[in-house]
Amino acid sequence: MLKYVGKSEKRVDGIKKVTGYVRYTDDLKLSGTLYARIKKSPYPHAKILRIDVSKAKKLPGVKAIISGKDVPIRVGLYLEDKTFLAIDKVRFIGEPVAAVAAESEEIAEEAVSLIEVDYEELPAIFSPLEGIKPDAPIIHEDLGSYKHASIILPQSGTNISNHYKIRKGDVEKGFKEADFVFENEFYVPHIQHSAIENHCAIARTDPEGKITVWAGCQSPYAVRRTLAVAFDMPLNKIRVISLAIGGGFGAKAGTTLEGIVIPLAQQSNYRPVKLSFSREDVFTNTFIRQGMHARIKTGVTKDGRIIAEENKFYWDGGAYTEYGVNIARAGGYASTGPYNIPNVKADSICVYTNHPVGGPYRGFGMSEIHFAIEQNLDIVAYKIGMDPAEFRRRNALKDGSSTVTGQVLENVGLMQCLDKVIEDIEWDKKEKRVSKIKYRGKGIACMYKAPSMPNNVGSSAIVKINEDGTVNLLVTAMDLGQGSDTVLTQIAAEVLTVPISRISIMTGDTDCTPYEWQTVASRTTYCCGNSVKRAAEDAKNQMLRLASLKFGISKEGLELKDGQIISKIFPDKKVKIADLAMGLTMPDGSGIHGPIIGRGAFIPPDVKDTDKETGQGDKPVAYWTFGVQAAEVEVDIETGEVKVLKIAAAYDAGKAINPELVYAQIEGGIVQGLGSALFEEMKIEKGKVLNPSFVDYKIPTAGDVPEMKISIIENPEPTGPWGARGIAEPCMVPTAPAIANAVFDAIGCRINSLPITAEKVLKAIKNK
Amino acid sequence: MKHKIRFTINREVKEIEVEPNKTLLKMLREDLDLIGAKEGCGAGECGACTVLVNNKPVNSCLMLAVEVDGKEILTIEGLSDGTSLDPVQESFLKHNAIQCGYCTPGMVMSAKALLNRNPHPTEEDVKEALAGNLCRCTGYQRIVDAVLDAARKEGKK
Repeated sequence: MLKYVGKSEKRVDGIKKVTGYVRYTDDLKLSGTLYARIKKSPYPHAKILRIDVSKAKKLPGVKAIISGKDVPIRVGLYLEDKTFLAIDKVRFIGEPVAAVAAESEEIAEEAVSLIEVDYEELPAIFSPLEGIKPDAPIIHEDLGSYKHASIILPQSGTNISNHYKIRKGDVEKGFKEADFVFENEFYVPHIQHSAIENHCAIARTDPEGKITVWAGCQSPYAVRRTLAVAFDMPLNKIRVISLAIGGGFGAKAGTTLEGIVIPLAQQSNYRPVKLSFSREDVFTNTFIRQGMHARIKTGVTKDGRIIAEENKFYWDGGAYTEYGVNIARAGGYASTGPYNIPNVKADSICVYTNHPVGGPYRGFGMSEIHFAIEQNLDIVAYKIGMDPAEFRRRNALKDGSSTVTGQVLENVGLMQCLDKVIEDIEWDKKEKRVSKIKYRGKGIACMYKAPSMPNNVGSSAIVKINEDGTVNLLVTAMDLGQGSDTVLTQIAAEVLTVPISRISIMTGDTDCTPYEWQTVASRTTYCCGNSVKRAAEDAKNQMLRLASLKFGISKEGLELKDGQIISKIFPDKKVKIADLAMGLTMPDGSGIHGPIIGRGAFIPPDVKDTDKETGQGDKPVAYWTFGVQAAEVEVDIETGEVKVLKIAAAYDAGKAINPELVYAQIEGGIVQGLGSALFEEMKIEKGKVLNPSFVDYKIPTAGDVPEMKISIIENPEPTGPWGARGIAEPCMVPTAPAIANAVFDAIGCRINSLPITAEKVLKAIKNK
Repeated sequence: MKHKIRFTINREVKEIEVEPNKTLLKMLREDLDLIGAKEGCGAGECGACTVLVNNKPVNSCLMLAVEVDGKEILTIEGLSDGTSLDPVQESFLKHNAIQCGYCTPGMVMSAKALLNRNPHPTEEDVKEALAGNLCRCTGYQRIVDAVLDAARKEGKK
């Protein structure tokens, strides 16, 4: 009987948040703080001819000025292609060229305006389709010499920073055998994460040469490692502390500001240097979601089986793709969506452009490819005269099916999700015209997603039992709002049989909390959760051993129950956790063992590289999460406005450690997906972002929320804690294609690019 | 030149000198160490800096500090008395209407202002009152439910 796992415990961080007490980076006040500002490139692609800081240097109150030559080492998570400040040339508008630290923000701003930079403009690239042309200007001339992870395949002498190939079966033969072949194209624009907290970082050096960095970062250890490479320092000399994070969605997964405040701090005589980004900076100078062009060719039989598919995904990676290359990889190994297709040829290609830097965004490529895949599926179903839900049923991945990489799956909950959503949206009841101008429609979309990460990255946890039997849990998985602090505490509580209120969790300090690769990929409940479970079990086993000695009963004859270790046979033989926490006191007054500290570590088992030429492999990912959404929309055919009335969603969470938090993730994901479906788009013209504010870039507000009917399916993932798998990112993936398919159902027009604006809908109706 | 202003904040009278171009948000955060109000955009678009001035919700990033001279300010820090939470805060906790927490203080203050002026709001009233407070995490439904529930509870007292 589970006591804490599977229960909707209240958030452990709730009270600090609802009182405004919780501290984010910008709330930290350190005495003597200097303020940093960045000199940015006005050109999308240009040579830097000269940087003159002499006037800025003379301004009273200026303490430090840096440019690219101060941080010359290239860094990057999967491909080391970026420097924190531009060297020799700039590759996007807004790229940092120099930075200043001064006594006040005003002085720093004035100093930046006094820095003179001469440029020579270069021809620029604003589309991946341009970037792959043989005569395209090259954005990274030295790509061939950049270091990269083994799973990434950059092509020297081109703008292609990764090309993931799938070659499964015989696609040409498949098309020949098909009764129908269809080709479709789709486009997904750049969007921005729009977490309400802007990025902020503070750095301070000390006389021992140690650097402390405070930043709201999803991945303190990955940040520390990148900084250590950039500044050629040993890891123990860098301490990264992440305070609370005001939303991440991927935008705070890598490094940006940290690499700028450090060199400024190194010149500032132990004074802290703080850099706060404005909302405009966040739009132009942090990660954005990559744009993507998709071409899909589908071969299908009369009875509705897809037997061949050829997919091409061209990712608009932006100026640096250190992180984005892995999104293209994910797009490759998931390239057909959750369907069983025997013959597949797919190419997922990450291309440099002179756009702002593309990077991880909730979904990690899955939202983008599923927008194409799921609309394509609908188009094909319509053309062969089959119900789109039935068409999906026939082709869906099931137990025993093989994915595009040839992985044979078990525990596939897709059909259960599909059936639930079909029921909840009342798929068979279609009320099409509610008035002369209001047309209604229903659409459906499936999805799958795996944590996209290197095969062998680890998590760890420490459980300290205190003198009174309370517990401190230490991890570096970060709670960005998803609720990991609560879920991980529940896991420790379950193993240790200690109430939630007697466990305190601490996260995000590389000097104190143990290693965690990153808080990304919806991997935390699974990866860190497993390490917490193991750490708690380790502590429990130590206490069982001590109790065994105390009572002279074998460990197997004892159990941990409600905070005490008790004999299974003699219930009067029992000892409280508190009485073993510092070790065991023997009858003669001596002590043994000492304080109980549990340790747990985890790497997903058996995840292996895929073949470089065919993309084939037995287990390229730790697990797959499946989900389905259906939308009901109402389209006003006079204004073109689309209103989403209802979304039904079902996800296979394996085991919902905290069901309310899973529902909350799905709700948030649906509304974020709705924003990307209907209005979000970064307007970028010749490299310049035209709408870097919430006035011009609308995200959903309370009034946009549809009715939501959400279901959790639970097919346990054998390697997850109590069967749990990740859920947070998948929640927004199928929303946009479900809405697009519902719009088609309502008005008979396809909108092949996001967002589905009133303007596009009206135009489509007119051209029908 | 700095201006001397006098106001009531969280039920305490304060007198301080501020620069004429300083925003209320900066004064709260820098001079009074009240960091509950957040800057999300600095342009009145996101509502993370919402506080009450004479019982009305304002974007403190758009209001100048000198404008609060003689007025009464309530921030998230003054909402609970330190021993018990305001019913709106209780309700946010109960409904899990919180994720990253960055929009929460502004959201709670906007909700408080709504219930002050309209103790029995409809769902539409709540959505309208919160339309200026952006949240990227929750999808809003829980926030709306929390406010409606707080109103119901208060109504029963």
